[in-house]
Amino acid sequence: LAAYRTDEGQPWVLPVVKKVEQMIANDNSLNHEYLPILGLPEFRANASRIALGDDSPAIKENRIGSVQSLGGTGALRIGAEFLRRWYNGNNNTATPVYISAPSWENHNSVFVDAGFKDIRTYHYWDAAKRGLDLQGLLDDMEKAPEFSIFILHACAHNPTGTDPTPDQWKQIAAVMKRRFLFPFFDSAYQGFASGSLDKDAWAVRYFVSEGFELFCAQSFSKNFGLYNERVGNLTVVGKDADNVQRVLSQMEKIVRTTWSNPPSQGARIVATTLSSPQLFAEWKDNVKTMADRVLLMRSELRSRLESLGTPGTWNHITEQIGMFSFTGLNPKQVEYMIKEKHIYLMASGRINMCGLTTKNLDYVAKSIHEAVTK
Amino acid sequence: SSWWSHVEMGPPDPILGVTEAFKRDTNSKKMNLGVGAYRDDNGKPYVLNCVRKAEAMIASKKMDKEYLPIGGLADFTRASAELALGENSEAFKSGRYVTVQGISGTGSLRIGANFLQRFFKSSRDVYLPKPSWGNHTPIFRDAGMQLQAYRYYDPKTCSLDFSGAMDDISKIPEKSIILLHACAHNPTGVDPRQEQWKELAAMVKKRNLLVYFDMAYQGFASGDINRDAWAVRYFIEQGINVVLSQSYAKNMGLYGERAGAFTVICSDAEEAKRVESQLKILIRPMYSNPPLNGARIASIILNTPDLRKEWLVEVKGMADRIISMRTQLVSNLKKEGSSHNWQHITDQIGMFCFTGLKPEQVERLIKEFSIYMTKDGRISVAGVTSGNVGYLAHAIHQVTK
Repeated sequence: LAAYRTDEGQPWVLPVVKKVEQMIANDNSLNHEYLPILGLPEFRANASRIALGDDSPAIKENRIGSVQSLGGTGALRIGAEFLRRWYNGNNNTATPVYISAPSWENHNSVFVDAGFKDIRTYHYWDAAKRGLDLQGLLDDMEKAPEFSIFILHACAHNPTGTDPTPDQWKQIAAVMKRRFLFPFFDSAYQGFASGSLDKDAWAVRYFVSEGFELFCAQSFSKNFGLYNERVGNLTVVGKDADNVQRVLSQMEKIVRTTWSNPPSQGARIVATTLSSPQLFAEWKDNVKTMADRVLLMRSELRSRLESLGTPGTWNHITEQIGMFSFTGLNPKQVEYMIKEKHIYLMASGRINMCGLTTKNLDYVAKSIHEAVTK
Repeated sequence: SSWWSHVEMGPPDPILGVTEAFKRDTNSKKMNLGVGAYRDDNGKPYVLNCVRKAEAMIASKKMDKEYLPIGGLADFTRASAELALGENSEAFKSGRYVTVQGISGTGSLRIGANFLQRFFKSSRDVYLPKPSWGNHTPIFRDAGMQLQAYRYYDPKTCSLDFSGAMDDISKIPEKSIILLHACAHNPTGVDPRQEQWKELAAMVKKRNLLVYFDMAYQGFASGDINRDAWAVRYFIEQGINVVLSQSYAKNMGLYGERAGAFTVICSDAEEAKRVESQLKILIRPMYSNPPLNGARIASIILNTPDLRKEWLVEVKGMADRIISMRTQLVSNLKKEGSSHNWQHITDQIGMFCFTGLKPEQVERLIKEFSIYMTKDGRISVAGVTSGNVGYLAHAIHQVTK
């Protein structure tokens, strides 16, 4: 599983998290009572605010809802279960669900297990040009049956690291609006991708400003480093408060038979951090530290490959964003990396940038060079 | 227009809805006998000392936050299995079981329900006792199973309808699934005696039923963890390969930390490995991997001899306080001059008591006395204190005389 590593190759508990955990540990007024079914109120409100922005029209118009979930996966699952029951009719398991090719491999299972019978892919990664296949993506959206559900990666696409530009997002939104397609955002890396919370949420917020009703599954695993506490949030944006209220009441029923109520520890940490201006600033700083290290590793790797004169173009390494990079190495080259150089990457050529350190950059660059030139 | 115009407003959750109504009430004498969460004799939530100590140990160790495996914290799942099965259990020692960490009792039940839906091909039918915990039905239904019932509670005697249960169970089609509450039946507090458990085991064996035990109160019922797990262990000894869900919400007071486990007793360790792999395939698209905090607290308590000893004392303390409140309620009712037989209050066990009150009487308790409970007359005895037991007895007498 993918997790951030320091330059020493170690896991990193965010300093602000350590601080807040100590505060929680010292607070004898706290107990372990059940949270409400939908989660800790202060967590839910703050988490959605982070995704949508302080000045979000949807928040101002009181037409958003939040469901605290077990990580991003849990948020996806609750959203999927709700959509299967209530979207495009009642219990319409035939509604097509479109997942990018490629995508996080668990996306498929989430929607299958939620009961959807027609799961399709949409064009995304163009292996030849090592970038976004925008035309293929838009074509798929034009051809998709109306009301189809599209799983969109809010930023730092997993596994390719390739995101649409703002202009491309605008084109995507225009087609989706015209064809009545439902946007279900997966936002697992807000802040972690570019270092800026606002920049990484641009796509979600643009869709909201375009009047879409949408879901956004948020994970705080990476940007808070709270992997094992399972902190996630499903943000619901609707047309008005009444609709959102009814949606949430049905999501409550789904939650009740899945986990009853969510775990409190991680949500407390996040809520405490987000609701204190000082802690919030510290957190943003910690997030930027992680994002900057990854960005540095990207630029260092690229410059080494270019210095070595490794055949091919390597700008995709710095143009891609987030934890992962699709190097463009083919299966044979990947096998060489693993077997001969003991550098572990996926058969797809996906590399976890967090695995790079100042100590191993040279070795990794040389190994890629060898793999490509052999 | 909205995608959601046709979405109906969901009904309020009956159990948690009681607490919400209670919170809105301004009567200073109000009592919340709804949700099953333990309260001390001052009516306050109780954080166990062994939990605080475990938390201090965790804080001092400065551990990382890396993902748990899909099946959860190994030290926790192993200790959980041992707690349920007993350290001398042949099934435990031989390794012919798999235990995965679940999201408290609900999450563990749900994993089991989904597993049965996918792999138990003989039947879709799950037989619940009448009545059962309200959430059992929707959990199994959402997992794709069908619900049936067997007689259990006798409202005339406020105790077990044993002959009715045996009669119904004898007619359950072979290879169906039967759910049994291991101890402290929720909502009635009515448990079979050991001789009755023996007969039940013989009957389910005869009918070749798959037994699903829900054990949410081990230690919390009688105060003795071995006594409370007796039925589970007896069934396994009789060669019945049960499935089991456990919760640490009540017996360790870890409610909001969601610590629980789901266990499958298998033919052998090899089968257990195959079952485990399938459980992981079910868990991953639900929430990927479970939350660490509660499981780690429970694990430290179970695996640290001093803390385990302390826990056993504390859980007995909670059970004893509840037993004492039952006794005081009955004696206060007598003092009020009630002529009814309230023996069932002390015969029943665990957090809940089926008072036998009718819906109209419950309504009066809520409206006239600000005493909140679920419509079925179930009270959470944990919400009773030496300070309010008199008021409760008085109110019950008023609506039943």
